[in-house]
Amino acid sequence: MVTIYIDDKSYEVEKGQNLLQAVLSLGLNLPYFCWHPALGSVGACRQCAVIQYRDEDDKEGNLIMACMQPVQDGMRISIEAAAARKFRASIIEWLMVNHPHDCPVCDEGGECHLQDMTVMTGHNYRKFRFKKRTHRNQYLGPFINHEMNRCIACYRCVRFYRDYAGGKDLQDMASHDYVYFGRSEEGILQSEFSGNLVEVCPTGVFTDKTLKKHYTRKWDLQSAPSVCHHCSLGCNTLVGERYNKAVRILNRYNRRVNGYFMCDRGRFGYEFTNSNKRIRKPIFEGKVEDFDRDSAAAKTSELLKDRSKVIGIGSPRASLEANFALKSMVGEHNFYSGLSARENKLARKILSILRNGPARPASLHDVETADAVFVLGEDLTNTAPMLDLAVKQAIRNKPIDDIQQIHIDRWNDAAIREYLQDEKGPFYLATPSWTKLDEFAAKTYRAAPDDIARLGYAVAHALDESSPAVEGLPDEIKTMAEEIAGALKNARQPVLISGMSMRSEAVIEAAANVARALCRDDRKADIVYTLPECNSMGTAFLGGYDLEKAFEDVENGTADTVIILESDLYRHADKTQVDKFLEKCANLIVVDYLKNRTSEGASAILPAAAFAEGDGTLINNEGRVQRFFQALNPDPILQESWRWIRDIMIKLDDKKAEKWKALDDISDAVLNSLEGINPKIEIAPSANFRINEQKIPRAPMRYSGRTAMYADKSVHEPKPPDDPDSPLSFSMEGFAGPRPSSLISFFWAPGWNSVQSVARYQQEVAGELKGGDPGVRLIEPGDHAKPEYFKTIPDAFKPRQDEFYFVPLYHIFGSEELSNEAEAVSELVPDAYLALNKRSAEKTGVSSRDKVKVSIKDGQISLPVKIMNSLPDNIAGIPVGLPGMNYFELPAFGKIAK
Amino acid sequence: MISIIKTIWTVILHMFGKRETVQYPDEKVKLRPRYRGRIILSRDPDGDERCVACYLCSAACPVDCISLQATEDEHGRRYPEFFRINFSRCIYCGLCEEACPTYAIQLTPDFEMSEPERPNLVYEKEDLLISGEGKYPGYHFYKVAGLKIKDKDKGEAENEDEPIDFKKLLP
Repeated sequence: MVTIYIDDKSYEVEKGQNLLQAVLSLGLNLPYFCWHPALGSVGACRQCAVIQYRDEDDKEGNLIMACMQPVQDGMRISIEAAAARKFRASIIEWLMVNHPHDCPVCDEGGECHLQDMTVMTGHNYRKFRFKKRTHRNQYLGPFINHEMNRCIACYRCVRFYRDYAGGKDLQDMASHDYVYFGRSEEGILQSEFSGNLVEVCPTGVFTDKTLKKHYTRKWDLQSAPSVCHHCSLGCNTLVGERYNKAVRILNRYNRRVNGYFMCDRGRFGYEFTNSNKRIRKPIFEGKVEDFDRDSAAAKTSELLKDRSKVIGIGSPRASLEANFALKSMVGEHNFYSGLSARENKLARKILSILRNGPARPASLHDVETADAVFVLGEDLTNTAPMLDLAVKQAIRNKPIDDIQQIHIDRWNDAAIREYLQDEKGPFYLATPSWTKLDEFAAKTYRAAPDDIARLGYAVAHALDESSPAVEGLPDEIKTMAEEIAGALKNARQPVLISGMSMRSEAVIEAAANVARALCRDDRKADIVYTLPECNSMGTAFLGGYDLEKAFEDVENGTADTVIILESDLYRHADKTQVDKFLEKCANLIVVDYLKNRTSEGASAILPAAAFAEGDGTLINNEGRVQRFFQALNPDPILQESWRWIRDIMIKLDDKKAEKWKALDDISDAVLNSLEGINPKIEIAPSANFRINEQKIPRAPMRYSGRTAMYADKSVHEPKPPDDPDSPLSFSMEGFAGPRPSSLISFFWAPGWNSVQSVARYQQEVAGELKGGDPGVRLIEPGDHAKPEYFKTIPDAFKPRQDEFYFVPLYHIFGSEELSNEAEAVSELVPDAYLALNKRSAEKTGVSSRDKVKVSIKDGQISLPVKIMNSLPDNIAGIPVGLPGMNYFELPAFGKIAK
Repeated sequence: MISIIKTIWTVILHMFGKRETVQYPDEKVKLRPRYRGRIILSRDPDGDERCVACYLCSAACPVDCISLQATEDEHGRRYPEFFRINFSRCIYCGLCEEACPTYAIQLTPDFEMSEPERPNLVYEKEDLLISGEGKYPGYHFYKVAGLKIKDKDKGEAENEDEPIDFKKLLP
């Protein structure tokens, strides 16, 4: 801690930061543009000027840029000095010289950092009498709208896009007044993190194209804190609603999880809630019925009168509450997790590895601060996109640590990048095919999943002799394993990343072995496993039988009525098997929000609330339990899946369900049912939480149109709906002061209308949220755990004559079920294909785009060939989850025929 | 005594004075242009809707009686998809007019807005839109703004230079 004097008042601030950071952390106002807490300082915009004085007697002082000045003990500065104020106002005046008269038609208006800073400096009249420079815009794809006229050349966009996120196709071009930020040629932005430009850009150059379709100002959005449903990482989001429609997603800062950024699948995938595939009315025997909740539940319960033969299939994309309700309804012995045997096995394996330790499950933030990374089998960009971004930060840590002797502060971004150039820390990547992270890796290894696992085992053995050795390893792999082991050993904080995407138990065990070997000599290591869906980890906690057993049960007649919860079975099991299963079911009851192949022939379909329309709890891949809240109040017939199940249970006279009046009741019941979990943990404040006896408003104070929004239907304004599930109100009324961090529904502070106001919600800039980051970690293994090594080392991959080994490939846009139904995302979903390298293709006598018949076990599909030279010989890649693709149990051998 | 006579005299004089009472509705009142009455939406000099759906009127409205939804035509010109004023709530304060950056929303002197049924006081865009420019002739927001719309390319607004070719090397 050091003492600095700002305008003759003394303040205690943390050492090692820059003055701007310190000033903002103290809650003072100082305008800035080019600085960003995650991107650091470059001192380009000259907006954060303050006066620094030599000592108490110095009355003149000199002008310095706060973002470029480290805090020093006894430092005297003035923010309010007339010279500093005048300087800052003139900078804004310069920036505004070419700024168009666009605010009324600009999507940034009302949450614009440039507007805020202009008001803050007091510049209000344009003296410049000459012409404004103009630019032509570019088409940048379905996510981002480009309006270059509004640019003030702060360079934040390229600093984020290129330096931080490793993108290549967005550039700064031309010079002085002509500076242009765009692509060399119009086209879709290639980065998976392009959506962050919307929040990074301080003005309206890059805006959200999906919001533009139904544009609404920030002050008119009723928002709720939510958790992303599009992968297992559980990024925190804000869902904005207007006229009963989710209209946009913003990042919700949580230092431990997603920090300042999120991926495009998470940001734009929300549009599935407005898709025309939504189930909005109960459907009985294919007929859409105008029932109310009660009669729909009553009619469904008739199908369940004889309860001896009822089974329930849960889902990894449904909340804990929904899965739990179904489990309670059908009983533990009739509950199926919705995962195939292999998926179940892998998810539970991961859970047990994390629980046994001693490696800690790492959060995204932990990965960002790691200094050596070893990835086994995961194509992170496509299976857990935010981990890709975190790894890109991690690889800079070692070189930055190494240059501490030249005393450049970490926030001094331009200087550090200049000094380090392309230097990268240890990052090793083993995957079957090329990934976008390849270019950042020190070494990559292309092989079949079993060989990847062998590399992992070899690394573990190199780290600790007592771990099992791999027989018959080629010399080059041995050397690579030793190199990797050396890098991990010397690291301050090594992190292992693996996951379920290769569907290989061996890979998961190998990663655990490396972590365990690392932890042997009192070293610490972090481990991350990615899972396929938002609540896959929750499913592993809850348990349930494999899908295959459900198929058997129906086949041999022990069950005939099936309740399927938010799940498309065709994504988890072979098509012919599911066809047969659905055929055999006497009664099929589906509770879901999207129509899919599974629900096509259902006897009853009940319309469930999607994430924006209901509350629930999810467990992410690190075992962090997080609550998502309802943002909009849908048609009364839509309700959370657990409520449908409760209503049916009540109709069937099941006494358990009568206690589940609101979310808290069932949420407590879930926590009580989980083994090894302290049931007293508070995931989020309970529904009766109040501040000054008031609820917490979802909408900002300036929410408009209350007496006209629905006046076309009735002039009697409806009473804001009650929310029995949360302390949030469906209105702007309620406690306007600081709120608990898990109930933040928008970021706003006086004078700070843009997302930059997040600094006012943090204990210090880029630090924890006031009151602690939301979410509770359920898995904290002890440091002293010494679990045994896994010993089942797989044999090296042996190609078979006339057969190929098929491995799964993933696409950020296309492999996830929900986002595929989002309008903007669906534009980027590729067509299904079969990937082969050139040699394999020539051997089979096929060339690019030829249609071939693929047969893997019983499954068959016809796919066009795509040449992917990064794949090893005799290995073929099959994209997972794309529209029109069938499920295959991969990796597996199969045949390709012309 | 004198004061009483004086008073009676004044009253008698008033009997012959000009009457202030208007025989409304048989007789129409004079409408002052600055009176704040029924709200209208005006058009720009080209006859297109002036409203750009910026939501400032609805934000300024103290009784929240304005609601709208923005949309765009195929050329990128923004306009309200619907625009609704609930006159049964309106207090005719004129803040919407002051907030409007395009002179689209204006208060007119017309005050004759009584209705037997409240729903009839909910005016949609079709009811609000007039065919002229209202009190502020000549202003055309899109001629000033930097946005490209139909028949107005980048660089063609007032006070704008030709668009820059960023691939040109010369400064």
